[in-house]
Amino acid sequence: MHQIKWVHCISLNICFTLVLLFLPVSPYAKQPSVEEIVQKTNHMAYYQGKDGRAKVSMVITDSQGRKRHRLFLILRMDEGKTEKDNSPDHQETGEQRLYVYFLRPADVNKMVFMVWKHAKRDDDRWLYLPALDLVKRIAGKDKRTSFAGSDFYYEDVSGRNIDDDIHELEKVTNTYYVLKNTPKHPDTVEFSYFTMWIHKSTFLPIKIIFYDKRGKELRIYETLKVERIQGFPTVSASRMRNVKDGGETLMTYTKVEYNLSLPASIFTERYLRKAPRKYLK
Amino acid sequence: MISKSFLSYISIGIIVVLSVFFPPSVNGEEDEPDLPLGLEDQTKPSEPKLPLGLSTEEKTGPQAPSEKTLPGTVSDFGGFWEVRTSIRTQNDPYEKNISMGETRFQLETQKSIKNFLLSLTNDFLYDPVFDHHTVRLEEGDGFIDLREVNVIFALFNVVDIKLGRQILTWGTGDMLFVNDLFPKDWKSFFIGRDVEYLKAPSDALKISVFTDIADVDLVYTPRFDSDRFIEGERISYWNSILGRRAGSDDKFEVMKPDDWFEDSEAALRISKNIRGYELSAYGYYGFWKSPGGFDPDSGKGTFPDLSVYGMSIRGNLFRGIGNLEVGYYESRDDPDGNNPYIRNSEFRNLLGYEQEIVADFILGVQYYVEYMLDYNTYLDHLPEKAIKADEYRQVITMRLTQFLMNQNLKISLFAFYSPSDQDAYLRPFIHYKINDNWAAEAGGNIFLEAEDDTFFGQFEKNNNVYTGLRYSF
Repeated sequence: MHQIKWVHCISLNICFTLVLLFLPVSPYAKQPSVEEIVQKTNHMAYYQGKDGRAKVSMVITDSQGRKRHRLFLILRMDEGKTEKDNSPDHQETGEQRLYVYFLRPADVNKMVFMVWKHAKRDDDRWLYLPALDLVKRIAGKDKRTSFAGSDFYYEDVSGRNIDDDIHELEKVTNTYYVLKNTPKHPDTVEFSYFTMWIHKSTFLPIKIIFYDKRGKELRIYETLKVERIQGFPTVSASRMRNVKDGGETLMTYTKVEYNLSLPASIFTERYLRKAPRKYLK
Repeated sequence: MISKSFLSYISIGIIVVLSVFFPPSVNGEEDEPDLPLGLEDQTKPSEPKLPLGLSTEEKTGPQAPSEKTLPGTVSDFGGFWEVRTSIRTQNDPYEKNISMGETRFQLETQKSIKNFLLSLTNDFLYDPVFDHHTVRLEEGDGFIDLREVNVIFALFNVVDIKLGRQILTWGTGDMLFVNDLFPKDWKSFFIGRDVEYLKAPSDALKISVFTDIADVDLVYTPRFDSDRFIEGERISYWNSILGRRAGSDDKFEVMKPDDWFEDSEAALRISKNIRGYELSAYGYYGFWKSPGGFDPDSGKGTFPDLSVYGMSIRGNLFRGIGNLEVGYYESRDDPDGNNPYIRNSEFRNLLGYEQEIVADFILGVQYYVEYMLDYNTYLDHLPEKAIKADEYRQVITMRLTQFLMNQNLKISLFAFYSPSDQDAYLRPFIHYKINDNWAAEAGGNIFLEAEDDTFFGQFEKNNNVYTGLRYSF
C-alpha cells in the first residue's frame, strides 16, 4: 500500500506539476481576442508613449554586398494623447505626426521629411530641401515603396492601417501569437498576405514574413534587439531582408526617449525651414 | 498492484495527452523565430524556463548590430566638391562651344551661440573656360559664390528672425513661379548647374510671426536683388534692337535700381494650413525681377516698378497633390498699358497636379498662363516693326521621374511646352548615387523653336549636354 500510495503521489504530483507548468501559458487561458492582439501589437510597434524621439541608423546591403548608410532623427507625436494613455489597451486615433531629419548620406544632410498620418484619409507628406529653401508636397499615395532607398517600405516605418487587412489567429505557441493578415484590397499591395509572430508578453512583433501571390517569401522582418526604455519595451535593432532581390537593411535605434512633451508646432512648416535643434540632439 | 500500474498508466496517459495539447516548447517548431536580445530574460518566474537544448540562450540566430556598424558622428562641416562640364550640341556664332567647365567646392557650417544660429554656405569655384574671376558677390560672379551667411533667432517663441544672405522660396509651382519673387539664376539653370543654383541668394531680413490665426512672413530686401538673367554671357539670347541673336559679343546692358533702402523690396506671405491644405496670400512691392522694360534712349534694359498680389492653395487631390496659384502683376510704371517700353500689368495663373502612378514613378503636370491686361492699348502703342507679344502666353509642363535600383538611380524629364509661342524646353536628367559620397549625373537643356524670338525659342543655339561628378561630405 505504501508503494501504491507513493506511486500515486508521484503520478499526481507529476500531473499537478505539469498542469501548473503549462496552465499559465495555455492557449486557452485568458486568451485575448484577435482584435485585441492586433490592436495591442499596433500600439506597441507605433504608438508607445504620447511622443518620442530616436536616432535611426540604417545599413543597406544590396545583393552584391555593397553597403550604404542612412542616419536620421525621428520625432513622433500622437495627436490627442496624454502620458496617461500609455496602456496598450489605449484606443489609438491613428492620427500621428512624424518629423524625419536626415543627417547622412551627406547629400541629404538637413533634409526633412514630415508626415501627418491620418486614419481615415490620405496622409499629408512634405519634403524640405534646404539648398533651395523649398517646401515640397510629396505625392505618395503608394505606401509600398522603399523608405529612403532601404528594404523597409514607407508603411513598415510609419505603420500599416490595421483596418486594411483581415486578421486571423493562425496559432498560439508558448511565446507567440501567430497572425495571418490578408489585405482587403490585394490589388493595392505587392504581397498576398503576411504572417506576424507576436511576442505574447510584450505584444512586440518579432518576425513578419510577407508572401507573394504564389506563397513564396517576399520580405522578412526580424526584431533583433529589444531594450526597455523608460519602461517601454522598445525594438532597438531590426532587420528587413528582401528575399526576392537579395538585399537587406539593418535598422538600429539609439537615443530613444519617450514623453518629451514635443510641442505640436514642431510638425509645421516653421520647423521644416528651421530645424528644432533642441529636440534633435 | 493493479491500482499501482493503473495509476502509472493514467499518469503516463495524462502526460502524453498534455504533451500533445500543450507542446513543451515553441522552439520545437522549426519556423518559429528566436526571441531577440532583450526579450529572453523577461519570462516571468511563474513561467517555466524553456527546456535545455531548446533554450534561446543557445540560439545562433540573428544578432543585433554592434555600435561599430553605426556611421560616425556627423561633423559640423559639410559640403561637396564637384566637376561639371557643359558642351553645346551645335555651333553658336556668339558663344564658346563649352558653356561650362567648372570645379566647385562648397563648404557649409552652422554654429549655435545661445539662441542664435549662425549659418555659412560658401562655394569656391574655378572655370578655366571663362577668363574673368573677379568676385562680384551680388551677381555670383568670380571664384567665390557666397550662398548663405545669416543668423537666425527667435523672439518670444512666436517670432523667427533670419538676417543676412539667404535662399528664399515660397509658392506652389514646379519650376514656374507666380508669387515667388525671390531672385532666380536662369543662367545656371540653362547651362546645367545643379538645380539648387536656380535660386540666387537674397540679402534680406525675414521676419516670421506664428499665430493661431495664421502665419505671417515678411521679407525685406534693402537693396533690389534682381534675377541673374540671361544677358549674353554663356547663353545667347534674342536681341530685339539688333533683330538677331546676340551673345557675349553684345551683352544686354541694364540700368538696375541699386540704391540702398531707396530701391528696396518687400515680400509678404500670410499662410494657414487647414487640415493639410496649405492656403496662402501673397504680396510683393518692388521691381520686375528680370528686365521688364527698355530705355530707348540708352538702349538699356530697365527694371520698372512692380507690385504683385496673389493666392495659392495646395493639398491632397484624388490620388496625388493638386495646386492652384494666381497672381496679379501690377506694372506700376505703366498703369494704363500705353508705354510700349514697359511690360503691361498681367495675370499669372498656375494649375498643377502630381501623382505617383506606380511605385517609384511620378508624373507631374502643370498649366500656366500669363494674361496681358490692356492688350488693345498695348497694340495701339506698339512701334512699327516691333514684335508683337501674345495676349495669352500659355505653358504646359510635364515632369516624369523614375527611381530605379533602390532609388540610387533617378531618371527624369522635365518638359516645358508653349502652345502659344510654339516653342519647347526639355530637361532630360539622369543621376546615379555611386555610393554614400559619390554621385554622377548627366543631363541636357534642349530648346525647340518655331520662331527665333520666342521665350524658349531664342535660346535654341544654346542646346547643351552636361555631366557632373560630385563628392559630398
